[in-house]
Amino acid sequence: MSARVVFASRAGRRIGLVGGAIVLGALAAAPLWGGRDDLALLSEIYAYVALASLWNLLAGYAGLVSVGQQAYVGLGAYVLFALAILAGVSPLWAIPIAGIAAAGVAVAVASLVFRLRGHYFAIGTWIVAEVFRLIASQLSPLGGGSGTSLPADVIIALAPSRQARDFLQYWIALALLVAVLAFILILLRSRYGLALKAIRDSELAATCNGIDVTRTKVLVYIATALGTAMVGALIFLQRLRISPDAAFSVNDWTAFVIFITVIGGIGRIEGPIVGTVVFFALRQTLADLGTLYLMMLGLVAIGIMLAAPKGIWGLIVERFGVSVFPLERRVVFEERKPAAESR
Amino acid sequence: MEWINVILQGVLVGGLYAMFAAGLSLIFGVMRLVNIAHGDLIVLSAYIALVITQTLGIGPLTSLLIVVPAMAGIGYALQWFLLNRTLGEDLLPPLLVTFGLSVIIQNGLLTAFTADSVKLQAGPIEVETIRLFGGVYVGVLPLVQFIVAVAVIGGLQFVFYRTALGRAFRATADDPAVAQLMALDNRHIFALAMALSLAVVAIAGVFLAVRANFDPSQGPARLIFGFEAVIIGGLGSLWGTFAGGLLLGVAQAIGAHLNPGWQILAGHIAFLLVLAVRPQGLFPKVRT
Repeated sequence: MSARVVFASRAGRRIGLVGGAIVLGALAAAPLWGGRDDLALLSEIYAYVALASLWNLLAGYAGLVSVGQQAYVGLGAYVLFALAILAGVSPLWAIPIAGIAAAGVAVAVASLVFRLRGHYFAIGTWIVAEVFRLIASQLSPLGGGSGTSLPADVIIALAPSRQARDFLQYWIALALLVAVLAFILILLRSRYGLALKAIRDSELAATCNGIDVTRTKVLVYIATALGTAMVGALIFLQRLRISPDAAFSVNDWTAFVIFITVIGGIGRIEGPIVGTVVFFALRQTLADLGTLYLMMLGLVAIGIMLAAPKGIWGLIVERFGVSVFPLERRVVFEERKPAAESR
Repeated sequence: MEWINVILQGVLVGGLYAMFAAGLSLIFGVMRLVNIAHGDLIVLSAYIALVITQTLGIGPLTSLLIVVPAMAGIGYALQWFLLNRTLGEDLLPPLLVTFGLSVIIQNGLLTAFTADSVKLQAGPIEVETIRLFGGVYVGVLPLVQFIVAVAVIGGLQFVFYRTALGRAFRATADDPAVAQLMALDNRHIFALAMALSLAVVAIAGVFLAVRANFDPSQGPARLIFGFEAVIIGGLGSLWGTFAGGLLLGVAQAIGAHLNPGWQILAGHIAFLLVLAVRPQGLFPKVRT
């Protein structure tokens, strides 16, 4: 008898592939069926799915609970604005450059914040984000504390007509989301993904099996910074205006992202997607309530954390045993001789 | 002479930061919980003091007689009904729940009191000064605040190392399971620790409110100052936390003196420097 390890849920995988292709096709064709507002809303949703997926990778898989990811959203945005305004670089090139710059900064930041453990790591990352915000408000070429706008010629150079620009930005947002999800999926299916899951389940056992826990965590932290900065650069390219308070907002880029991930289901790749859909559905219906809406969001997140810590998707998986993305490994035994069924 | 004044002001403000930090340090020491809503609870107690002084017509310092027990009660209830359920191996639940609390308190205050900044009026004591020597003056109010900070830290030290309650805190912190075998109810001990923490928060909140304008969005910055003082001073040592608060206050005062835009940044940089050079803090408690 031989055994091999396969990724679970073959039926789910087929449904996932076919369904994913249909959904992706429909979304890529959104400029055909949607208006300008729809495209803007969808782009915002993609940005939040990407941010939440990256935070999920960091907190749900690598066990690094950061409340300072706004540092990289803002950093990416500021790099894009600086390159476009001061150096005349096309924003399309500035997005990947922003990611690489953030990865470089993350190496330095990691050397400091990784001295803090657990909860203290969380607040340490927050302080780093505050330092970035305060430095950004001292940058007078980029408007200091009150911020600045992208000049019209930079925007016009992107594409000739407003409609073409809308389409272009929409497709970039979608492409970035697909890239982020594909990266996470490939990472988690690789041996690094196995190492990450081992670390998540028990750091001690992972170390005993020869995994360099700190190195793995630092690598995930840097990769997450890279992705987060690219998403941040894109968000502010769409907004056309930047300010330190908006770019380094703890509410917009961390509180919402954490609530989305926890409501959807932390530690599962589907969680952030489900969470974002719920978040936007609530926002479209309740946003008029203003502060009351934010208080309700906080209450829902606390309630879910206490009553169903695996989130909405965790409940669905427990009840129906489905998973859209094939990540769980399963051992299959194959009989050499034509004998009775193994199960 | 100018610099002596700057450093002195920094030290006096540092006493306030030490009070922000003491409550944080206390609950982390006892139950390994970092309360992200700590700063918002400081601002909440400032608003409670505001309502009490306005409705009863009493002074801010007298209002402490009501605010401190009220916040202690809130702390006990918060721990008993909510936070005790989050404690365990996983560090995400306590973080997320206190993060959610922070958002709820902030927006609740925003709904009730608007975003306008307000201040507690303490009367003539606010502008009184004492001449120490030469051209060096200290305000009476900052001095009172500093003395209260020393008393609070000294009091916590006494409770922790000289009383039965402190013994229960230390026993539970060292080994919750064995403490329970010795007939201590961990849930009750944790709730008492949170009550004590929020009693300190109440004192800090009232002094914050007398010292400067405040508004609902100020909580996170207070949390960060308190946290920086804890790390600069070194984990597990109350007097270390006090020293950390003073150092943070001095760093901020020097930064502000050089350029008003650098005040907060200078404090953060002092924190990052300590983290880079001496990550265990300046006065860590030696643990075996």
